[in-house]
Amino acid sequence: MSKQDWPLFEVFIRAKSGLSHRHVGSLHAADAAMAIDHARDLYTRRGEGVSIWVIESRNIHASDPAESSALFEPAADKIYRHPTFYDVPDGVENL
Amino acid sequence: MSIVSDNKDALFAYLLRLGDNALIAGQQLGKLVAHGPELEEEMAVANFALDYIGQARMFFSLAAEVEGAGRSEDDLAFLRDGMDFHNLLLLEQPNGDFAQTTARQFLFESFYQYQLAELAKSKEPRIAEIAVRIAREIRYHLRHHRQWLVRLGDGTEESHQRMQRSVDDLWRFTGEMFSRDEIDTWAAESGVGPDPSSLHDAWAAYVEAALDEATLRKPEQEWMASGGKQGTHTEHLGYILAEMQHIPRTYPGAEW
Repeated sequence: MSKQDWPLFEVFIRAKSGLSHRHVGSLHAADAAMAIDHARDLYTRRGEGVSIWVIESRNIHASDPAESSALFEPAADKIYRHPTFYDVPDGVENL
Repeated sequence: MSIVSDNKDALFAYLLRLGDNALIAGQQLGKLVAHGPELEEEMAVANFALDYIGQARMFFSLAAEVEGAGRSEDDLAFLRDGMDFHNLLLLEQPNGDFAQTTARQFLFESFYQYQLAELAKSKEPRIAEIAVRIAREIRYHLRHHRQWLVRLGDGTEESHQRMQRSVDDLWRFTGEMFSRDEIDTWAAESGVGPDPSSLHDAWAAYVEAALDEATLRKPEQEWMASGGKQGTHTEHLGYILAEMQHIPRTYPGAEW
């Protein structure tokens, strides 16, 4: 019997309305519809979510770790990019 | 909530049928744990098995209360013999290959969805309450098994052939779901549950649409097996019960 592996999907779950979808893991499925079902069975068994996104892993493009110093380190000494020089009015909880 | 039906014997028998369907379905699916074709599918099957065991518990605990003879839900599950089981013959048919499990679950759950929709209107409030809860679970089971029916039916030549063979093999057990005996008549007349024959047309339309989508042929077979509801079973039930009951019968009262 020929054994063809199902493609890999990345799973994102929204824990409750208003929050954004977060990556929770990955799984194998024949297509997107099956991936959503599998995600439901694997990642929402204990009431973890209200919405599921799946995306085939091969459709995710990632930054190259070898370039991380060029990409991210220049931001480390640019403190003026952080809005820390403003007075936050009293009573503002989420800024 | 109190029990409103005055015919306790009939209500007890009716609840056993519902509970036995769920218990046997759960036991059968549970056997597939560690034998699934894919890890992800195996998790799905394990969830389904546990859903069914949970459903059986709800029906049995209510049945035990109705009977009022001091038997527990476990007594009802583990200490009854084959002829005292009243599940549909369809559900005791072997798992076979994945197509056969899919066909069995699909044919039953497509019926169960309509049965539960009617039970949700039951004049027996506890049954209505249970049915509403279960209907949500079964909607998902059915969606899953219908999807597999279509995938395999409209898949490769091999999968199509196996799916068709499974539907053909199990078709003769579908008639029992709509057959009516004195217990069903009592349930229908007292508003406890539907007249099974009234569910047939909706079921047939649903199944035909799914078979069509799956490029499968609706079997022509007219002869239908029955007897499960009355306790006359196929040879498979004995093996299922032997496996399921031998621990509690060997070690009575044993606990984890």
